[in-house]
Amino acid sequence: MSTVEVQHVAKTFIDHLPVLQVVIPLISAPLIVFIGNRKLAWLLAMAASATAFVMACLLLAQVKDGSYISYHIGGWAPPLGIEYRIDALNALVLMLISGIGTIVLPYAYNSVNAEIPKRHHTLFYALYMLCLTGLLGMVSTGDAFNVFVFLEISSLSTYVLVAMGAGKDTRALTAAYDYLIMGTIGATFFVIGLGLLYMATGTLNMADIADRIAEQGTNRTVQAAFAFIVVGMGLKAAMYPLHHWLPNAYTYAPSAVTAFLAATATKAAIYVLLRFMFSVFNPGFHFEDWTLYLIFIPFSLLAMFAASFVAVFQSDLKRMLAFSSIAQIGYMLIGIAMLNATGLSASIVHMVNHGITKATLFLGVGAMVMYSKTSFFDNLNGLGRKMPFTGAAMVAAGLSLIGIPGTAGFISKWVLVQAAFENGWWFIAVAIMLSSLLAVVYVWRMFEVLYLTAPDEGCTATDPPLPMLIPMLILAGACIWFGFDTELTLGSARVAAEGLLAGSAGMAH
Amino acid sequence: MERLSDWAFIVGHLNYWMFIILMMTGLYIVVARGNLVKKIVGLNIFQTSVFMLYISIGKVTGGTAPIYPVDMQGNLQVDPSIVYSNPLPHVLILTAIVVGIATTSLALALIIRIREVYETIEEDDILKIERELSAKDYKEHGPAMGGRA
Repeated sequence: MSTVEVQHVAKTFIDHLPVLQVVIPLISAPLIVFIGNRKLAWLLAMAASATAFVMACLLLAQVKDGSYISYHIGGWAPPLGIEYRIDALNALVLMLISGIGTIVLPYAYNSVNAEIPKRHHTLFYALYMLCLTGLLGMVSTGDAFNVFVFLEISSLSTYVLVAMGAGKDTRALTAAYDYLIMGTIGATFFVIGLGLLYMATGTLNMADIADRIAEQGTNRTVQAAFAFIVVGMGLKAAMYPLHHWLPNAYTYAPSAVTAFLAATATKAAIYVLLRFMFSVFNPGFHFEDWTLYLIFIPFSLLAMFAASFVAVFQSDLKRMLAFSSIAQIGYMLIGIAMLNATGLSASIVHMVNHGITKATLFLGVGAMVMYSKTSFFDNLNGLGRKMPFTGAAMVAAGLSLIGIPGTAGFISKWVLVQAAFENGWWFIAVAIMLSSLLAVVYVWRMFEVLYLTAPDEGCTATDPPLPMLIPMLILAGACIWFGFDTELTLGSARVAAEGLLAGSAGMAH
Repeated sequence: MERLSDWAFIVGHLNYWMFIILMMTGLYIVVARGNLVKKIVGLNIFQTSVFMLYISIGKVTGGTAPIYPVDMQGNLQVDPSIVYSNPLPHVLILTAIVVGIATTSLALALIIRIREVYETIEEDDILKIERELSAKDYKEHGPAMGGRA
C-alpha cells in the first residue's frame, strides 16, 4: 500500500463540492431560525437542499467511473486531517438522500401547515435541514469519528421531528422517546467500537485504519470493535431484532417526516455498515465471513417473513408500510451477506429503489391523511377513486414494492435472486420469491381499500394541491423509470460493489 | 489465557474494568427501570462509561498534560525528553460529552411533554394508557378490515 500523499489543493469551486453539499444545509438551519418567517424559511430550506442535490449529482458524475475524490478539510492532509472521500457508493447514496430531501420539501409546506402548530414551522424546517446535514455528512466523510458526530446530528433532529407528530397523536411523544433511547444506545455502541479501533490502530481515518488492519491482521480488540460497530449501526438501520423503534416512529411522525426518514435514515445507516464491513474491515477478515453467514442470513430471513407477515395484519396503512420497510431492510442485508459483487450491487440498488418507492407511498398516505385525518384502512375507503393521481402514484409504488417487472423494485429483486444463484443458494432465492408473495398480499390489501371499496357517503376528497401532487408523481415516475433505465442506479451500484469488494484497496490511495 | 490470571494485568487495567462495570450498570438501568427519568440517568451512566474508555486510551505511561511549556516571551519551550499524553481521545470525548448533554436535555424535554399528556412518567402506566388507546383504535377500525390496530 503506497502512502504517497496525493497533493490535493482545492483550487476551483468544483473541488469544494464534497464539503459544500454538507455545509450549505448546515448553515441554512440557523439562518432559518433567525429569519423566523415561515415562507422564507421554506424557500431557504428548498434552495439549500436543491443545491445539495445538484452537487451530489455533479459528484456522482465525477466518480461514476470508479475513481474517488479525496477532499482535505481545511487543507490538512489525512490521516491527521479530516478527509471527505467520495466514491461511486457514497455519491449514489448522497444523491438519494439529497434528492428525496428536495422532493419532499414542496410537499412538506402544505402537509406541515395541516399537521404541525404554526409556531413550530420554522423550527421544523431548521431541524429538517439539520437532519439532512447529518445524513449527508455521515455518508460523505472518510473519518470514522466524524461519522459518529454526523450520526448524532441527524439522530437528535430526527427525534424532535418524530415528536412533532404529537399534535395529531400523542403517541408520537413516546415513539420519539423510545427512538431516542434505542438510537442513543446504538450510537454509543458505535462509538465504543470506534474507541476500540483507535486502540488497535491509532488512527481515525478510515483508509488508514483499513491499511493498519490489513498489515497487522486481526486480533481480539479489532473483533470486539467490529461487533460493537455492527450492533450499533444495526440498531440505527433497524436490522431485524433491533427494529423495535421503527414502527411507532414511522406511524406517528408527521407525514412529510415519515416519507423523508423512511427513504433516507435507515439507508444512510446501511451505507455506514457497508463502508465499515468492507472498506475498513477487509472482506477477507475471517471473523466477518463467519458473522455474515451466521447472523445476517437467519435474521434477514426472519425480517423478510416475520415483518411481512405482521404487515399483512395491520389495519393502519402507515404502520403496515413501516413493517414492510423492516422486511425490505432484510433484502438489503441478505444481499450484503451473499458477499459477491452481484449481491452487493443488489443491496445498494435496493437502497435507492426502495427509498424512492417508500417515499412515494408515504407521501401518498400523507395526502390521504390530510383528508381522512387517520391512516386506518376503514377511513381510506375508496380514496384511490376520489384522488385519481394520488392513487395512481401509490399503485405504481405498490407494484414496485412487490417487484413487478417494469418497476424499480423488480430490478433490485432480480439482481438479488441472480446473486443467490451465483452462490448456489437456491433456497435463499426461493425465500426471496416467497416473501415477495407476502408483499403481494399486503399491497393488495392497500389496493383493495383504495379502489374496490365504496367511498363514504358525501366524501369530498380530491387530489391534493399541485405542490403536494407533483413530488408524488415525480417519485412514482422514478419508480417506473428506474425499472427500465438501470444505467444510473445499477451501473453505479456495480461500480460501488466492485470498490467495496476490493476491500481496503478500494479505499486505497 | 495465562494473562487473564495475571494479577498485575487485572489490577493494572482497573480503569477498563470500571468502564465495563459502569457500562453494564447503565445499560441495565435503561432496560430495567420503568421511570422515564431514571432511564435517562442510566443512559447517562452508559455514555459516561465511554468517556472513561476514551480517556484511558489517551494515557501514556509517565505522560503529562499535553501542553507545551511557554517562557515569559510566549516562545515555546519544546523539550523532547518530556512525555505527553495523547490529546486526541480527550478532544474526541469532548465532542461525545456535548452530544451526551444534547441527548439528555432533549430526552428531559420529551419527558416533560409526556408528563403533560399522560400525567405520569412511569413506563407501566404509559403502556397501559397506550394499550387502551390501541384497544379503542382496534374497536373502531379493526373489525372493518379484520386486522389489528
